[in-house]
Amino acid sequence: MARMATTQRVVVSTIGAWFFGFLIFFPILWMVLASFKTELEAFAIPPSFLFFHWTTENYATVQERSDYLHHAVNSIIIAGGSTLIALLIAIPAAWSMAFSPTKRTKDILLWMLSTKMMPPVGVLVPIYLIYKSFGLLDSRMGLVFILCLGNLPIVIWMLFTYFKEIPRDILEAARMDGATIGRELVYVLTPMAIPGLASTMLLNLILAWNEAFWTLNLSTSSAAPLTVFIASYSSPEGLFWAKLSAASTLAIAPILVLGWFSQKQLVRGLTFGAVK
Amino acid sequence: MGQITLQDVQKSFGPVHIIKGADLDVADGSFVVFVGPSGCGKTTLLRLIAGLEDVSGGKILIDGKNVVDTPPAKRGLSMVFQSYALYPHMSVRGNIGFGLKMAGLAKDEINRKVEAAAATLNLTPYLDRKPRELSGGQRQRVAIGRAIVREPKAFLFDEPLSNLDAALRVQMRIEVTRLQKQLGTTAIYVTHDQVEAMTMADKIVVLNGGKIEQYGSPLELYERPANLFVAGFIGSPKMNFVTGELAKQQGATTIGVRPEHLRIERDGAGGWQGTIAVAEHLGSDTFLYVDAGPLGMLTARYIGELSLHAGDRVSLMPEPARIHRFDQSGNAVRG
Ligand SMILES: Nc1ncnc2c1ncn2[C@@H]1O[C@H](COP(=O)(O)OP(=O)(O)O)[C@@H](O)[C@H]1O
Ligand SMILES: [Mg+2]
Repeated sequence: MARMATTQRVVVSTIGAWFFGFLIFFPILWMVLASFKTELEAFAIPPSFLFFHWTTENYATVQERSDYLHHAVNSIIIAGGSTLIALLIAIPAAWSMAFSPTKRTKDILLWMLSTKMMPPVGVLVPIYLIYKSFGLLDSRMGLVFILCLGNLPIVIWMLFTYFKEIPRDILEAARMDGATIGRELVYVLTPMAIPGLASTMLLNLILAWNEAFWTLNLSTSSAAPLTVFIASYSSPEGLFWAKLSAASTLAIAPILVLGWFSQKQLVRGLTFGAVK
Repeated sequence: MGQITLQDVQKSFGPVHIIKGADLDVADGSFVVFVGPSGCGKTTLLRLIAGLEDVSGGKILIDGKNVVDTPPAKRGLSMVFQSYALYPHMSVRGNIGFGLKMAGLAKDEINRKVEAAAATLNLTPYLDRKPRELSGGQRQRVAIGRAIVREPKAFLFDEPLSNLDAALRVQMRIEVTRLQKQLGTTAIYVTHDQVEAMTMADKIVVLNGGKIEQYGSPLELYERPANLFVAGFIGSPKMNFVTGELAKQQGATTIGVRPEHLRIERDGAGGWQGTIAVAEHLGSDTFLYVDAGPLGMLTARYIGELSLHAGDRVSLMPEPARIHRFDQSGNAVRG
């Protein structure tokens, strides 16, 4: 009896999981499908699911009208650069807070997180003006800088949580075993911290890649990443669903591939702190 | 050699005085157990000896040399942590050999020593596994292997068996004791379990509130506890304490009698009379919890089976030579 109940539960929860997985994935699937439709079919009601006239002309048009590669390179530089700098700042910060906390450590962490509670639009005008006076508008450096600052609190929080999980006993065991600080770092700490670092890096890459508010407001062409590339298909001349879908598919493809190959790290990253 | 001496060792964390002046002499090759209730400072004292914490005052001598300013690795001690503290990303071989690698030994020498240690601890089949692929008892053994492979002057154990289940704990208790005797290496072992202390130790240090209450062999502590705290802490079930007129007659504020030193008589006239509240029959022993009116609850132990039950009247006769007497401040009265 007990076994049957268990099997039943496994079946039900598997079906449930697939259902919700599909539900969440559906918009992406729909977008990919729409990108292979003609503009007319993309609008059609009732919509056709698979049986429409498949075409790649949207991709050709998108490629012709705008320079995908230029935007993709900008996205890579901005997402990669801001992640790298954020990690360089966050590692020592999280390190010191995790391994030699003071009375104020919790307050500092909360204060950092509180900066994420303010809507970015609240500081858009001052930042825009500052960027204008410093000549940072539409520059890759400017975008790297703002995205780095924007994600820094999250990066520090994540790393702090990971470093906190490294048991102090193990570091002390290494000290008893005669490891100097340098060798403790190389042989014990780094190998233990790498999974946490990797998932933090991945998550931050994705956040930066998809960030649309600052990139849309602070760049127009020469520094514009893929978010701007997508947005350009929903503007003055009207909405072009099929082309917009093709552009979006192209824009998320790199990060989707990255995400696919690093699923395991990513899941750990997204549930950080939840599994002890 | 591994002779360890503490001279007035003190430790404060900020304003809180945790270790209040500890003096102790641990002879070379002996097995010394620190025992006391949770939070009394056992771990802190052990970490001071290890060098993982700095003393606030006093001296720690290892083989006559003051080591308070020596870093942990240079003290020549090795430690087994309560959590095992194995390196999760290294194999058993890597874990046991790490200290040797840090000491700069040649590869084949490390291998030889690691394999010898693993053989002693029955870990040979697991040498290439990661800690997460081992059971609790095996992890424990790896932690011990890591300690013995370096041939230290002394082992420091911090409640190493407290994460194991009861049966395994008894088995490992015997293994650790046997291993220590076989190697002849000084060991300091921390536990809150007085049974572990009594069974493993050559000498026991009873700690309470950061102070050493008594230092002596297990039987010394059992037969001549220095004060009320030690009398109540060592021995199971706990010693019975009686105050008031009865104690005064003996020239003491409190008198104590262990449950096994109370003779049990059915419907007797003399002694301390009461009604059995609970009777526990273990076959090998019978424990009686007796409501003795003004004397409070008393525990009596009988070796073997005694057919008495809750509600029966009994009288308990303390063996005169086994009565412990304590003065007003709780110290034992001798003579
Ligand atoms: N690093 C520390 N900072 C502040 N207080 C501490 C620290 N380590 C231990 N203590 C305090 O010292 C006391 C003794 O702790 P410990 O030695 O771990 O006790 P035991 O091992 O006997 O259970 C406890 O009250 C504990 O809170
Ligand atoms: Mg402890």
